[in-house]
Amino acid sequence: MSPFSFLVILLAASSFAYMHGKRRAFSLTGSGSGSSRLHSLPGYYGMLTALWCALPALAIFVFWMSCSEWVLTDLAMKTLPASMLNVPVDQANLLVNDLHNLIAGHVAARDINPVLQQAADHYLAMERISYMALAGIMSASALFFSALVYKRIRPRMRARNHVERIIQIALVLCSTIAIITTIGIVLSVLFESIRFFQQVPLTDFLFGLKWSPQMAMRADQAGSSGSFGAIPVLAGTFMISGIALAVAVPVGLLSAIYLSEYASSHVRTWAKPTMEILAGVPTVVYGFFAALVVAPFIRDAGGLFGLDVSSESGLAAGLVMGIMIIPFVSSLSDDVINAVPQTLRDGSYALGATRSETIRKVVIPAALPGIVGGILLAASRAIGETMIVVMAAGLSANLTANPLQAVTTVTVQIVTLLVGDQEFDSPKTLAAFALGLLLFTITLILNVIALYVVRKYREEYE
Amino acid sequence: MQVGKRETTMERVNRGLARRYLQERLFRLFGLGAVILSICLLGLLFVSIGLKGWPAFEQTEILLDINFDQELFAVDNLMGADYGALVKSSMRSLFPEVKGRADKRKLYRLVSSGASYVLRKMVMEDTAIIGSSRKIWLPADDEVDMLLKGHIRRDVPESDRRLSDQQIGWIDQLTEAGLLKKKFNTTFFTAGDSREPELAGIHGAVMGSIYTLTITLLLSFPIGVATAVYLEEFAPRSRWIDLVEVNINNLAAVPSIIFGLLGLAVFLNIFGMPRSAPLVGGLVLTLMTLPTIIIASRAALKSVPPSIREAAFGVGASKLQVVTHHVLPLAMPGMMTGTIIGMAQALGETAPLLMIGMVAFIVDVPTGFTDPSTVLPVQIYLWADSPERAFVERTSAAIMILLAFLISMNAIAVFLRRKFERRW
Repeated sequence: MSPFSFLVILLAASSFAYMHGKRRAFSLTGSGSGSSRLHSLPGYYGMLTALWCALPALAIFVFWMSCSEWVLTDLAMKTLPASMLNVPVDQANLLVNDLHNLIAGHVAARDINPVLQQAADHYLAMERISYMALAGIMSASALFFSALVYKRIRPRMRARNHVERIIQIALVLCSTIAIITTIGIVLSVLFESIRFFQQVPLTDFLFGLKWSPQMAMRADQAGSSGSFGAIPVLAGTFMISGIALAVAVPVGLLSAIYLSEYASSHVRTWAKPTMEILAGVPTVVYGFFAALVVAPFIRDAGGLFGLDVSSESGLAAGLVMGIMIIPFVSSLSDDVINAVPQTLRDGSYALGATRSETIRKVVIPAALPGIVGGILLAASRAIGETMIVVMAAGLSANLTANPLQAVTTVTVQIVTLLVGDQEFDSPKTLAAFALGLLLFTITLILNVIALYVVRKYREEYE
Repeated sequence: MQVGKRETTMERVNRGLARRYLQERLFRLFGLGAVILSICLLGLLFVSIGLKGWPAFEQTEILLDINFDQELFAVDNLMGADYGALVKSSMRSLFPEVKGRADKRKLYRLVSSGASYVLRKMVMEDTAIIGSSRKIWLPADDEVDMLLKGHIRRDVPESDRRLSDQQIGWIDQLTEAGLLKKKFNTTFFTAGDSREPELAGIHGAVMGSIYTLTITLLLSFPIGVATAVYLEEFAPRSRWIDLVEVNINNLAAVPSIIFGLLGLAVFLNIFGMPRSAPLVGGLVLTLMTLPTIIIASRAALKSVPPSIREAAFGVGASKLQVVTHHVLPLAMPGMMTGTIIGMAQALGETAPLLMIGMVAFIVDVPTGFTDPSTVLPVQIYLWADSPERAFVERTSAAIMILLAFLISMNAIAVFLRRKFERRW
């Protein structure tokens, strides 16, 4: 029986508890007087019983499920002979992996180690016992707590306040998830990065001019000792993002101006959602478009002028990324342009300025902080964009200013370092987390500045 | 006095007027140009993908006369029978003049290696056909398909082609005899991934996406709404709440790949959850879509006028009753819209799922939340990397399916907003 069916049973049990709690509340009022003698509506008594039936059992379930695999693996490993266990940590990890594969039944029949098979059988037997125990404890706690509440139901009992207190605690817990996520991101990235910087000095990483994360597999292998200088990777990232912004900012800003200042409402209701579709297209689609349509086109066009264009040029990735962030720039600019008070425009018209003069000399300067904030947000999005560059930009970290050559970006490197087989203590894998930390820091700084600027700007005209 | 000679203000204005009007027109034209350019780019994107992907919905099949010879089937081992031999002997009987191992092998290559699975499935479903002879449409090899769709050109030298002149000759003979035909590609909708383009389908990826999004929806909608309700309706103004708000706004702008790193480091390495599982993918996408849902839900709650709350308080409702009985139902359309948009984002997301190993090559269609699986955008990424020409059109076709899902989700969101939006 799958442990998840316990949850279904628990749900059934708590609805049963709800019905009985409610019925008891009714029965206590006595016939004829209705529910007016009760402190709360009868449903709240039922709800309280149901909550006390479900919540403690649920907590036990979550705790049990998160620990059980750990404990069971440990118990199963203990059955192995000591000679197999006295090995270095990574081999022991391999053994644990083998065991888990056996338990899941992934290993082909011929290469099963009989001792390990025994351990796996032991694991499965223990697992069965553990599930039975879990079922017993859960039902005991559900029964005990719901019976306790059931017994204590009195007309004077402040059931509604209890229920509301519980729900409010749940709401607070939900709202802390955002904080926990941030802490989780920072800690997980930071922790692995610190391990990386123990092997590779921080200054080498931040100021090194060469990026080639391939490590020698054997000691006698020539050449690749691995060098982790982030400068070429960062340069590629900024170049591609720069190209993207060079496309997106003029086009996005001009279309926002046109749509908010010139276009008739009829045009606006059609053009705006159409442009927003661009924002809804998944990035993997843009990546495919860049790799299959734009990159060959640029290569052929370059060939006509006698230019040597790489088929993974930064230009192609940058242009397509620019298309992707056009709607981002235009909708953010649209917001801030609309927030400029009409009185400013009217004042300018009264002085005899034309529409375009009003826009260029009055509206844009007034909206500038907001527009800059929007551009910063767009930049942060371009820097963190992954799929377009993974599919259309290169892997080799060239330190170049030529957009026609292949360059790589931070996100591309993270993906190539972490996709596929990985060992968790080589600098190669850990470097991905160091890059992640770098990426997180850069985008965080951009976001904080942008959000601050936009918020300040909004307050100015409100 | 020199009044007559000095230029009046009007004259100065008039002198510059032509230039200023020109600037005005140019500026306006630039604006219009920008709008048209972005819409054209969108059109280019859709048209190029549509043109590439459309042919993938048809697949070349070959009509073979299969003789289910009694002698080939052992009663106790129907699975293990040599179904490939059935196809081969049928091909031999079509072209009896082909002799020699090398030529025969070339001939056999015209039929997909998946043809034998089709036959096996037929036999397993109905053992009565053993001993009889049937005419059956079987999938042709992807190279044959490409030739018929015109992607393999006949005028290039033989060495540059994937098909030899001899093979093309056979294909032409078959086409003339009406034994090769393009038929609706059902495999594409019913199969999992495969190394052979003609056997590859999106069913596995679609199921993976459904499982992943189910987890995401089940977690992110309640948590997002609860957070929004707490922040809008219950939270006291305090430093802590400000911190939470700044945090949520920041999380909305954190690159998605960072969430992938979090998933890898926390869910996989610390909690030891299975790699490539929709469960983990759903958790990562939940964290990613939460800010979107929270921000949309808060906006929806803000738009409910305070008079509604005051009226409910006035008749003696408690704070929670006000929220659950009056504010939430009124804010629900806005929240649903935000959730659908968040789900659409999650459906199109690729990068974080690469980090948690959902890029593995998985043939089987997943049947649960912990089965190894992939999702539609990752499948697109995998196919886009494959060298075979036939995968290009399958990639485009998969993109068309993905876009169809996204557009219908967004259309539902727009519809909900139109239908239930209230101006107070």
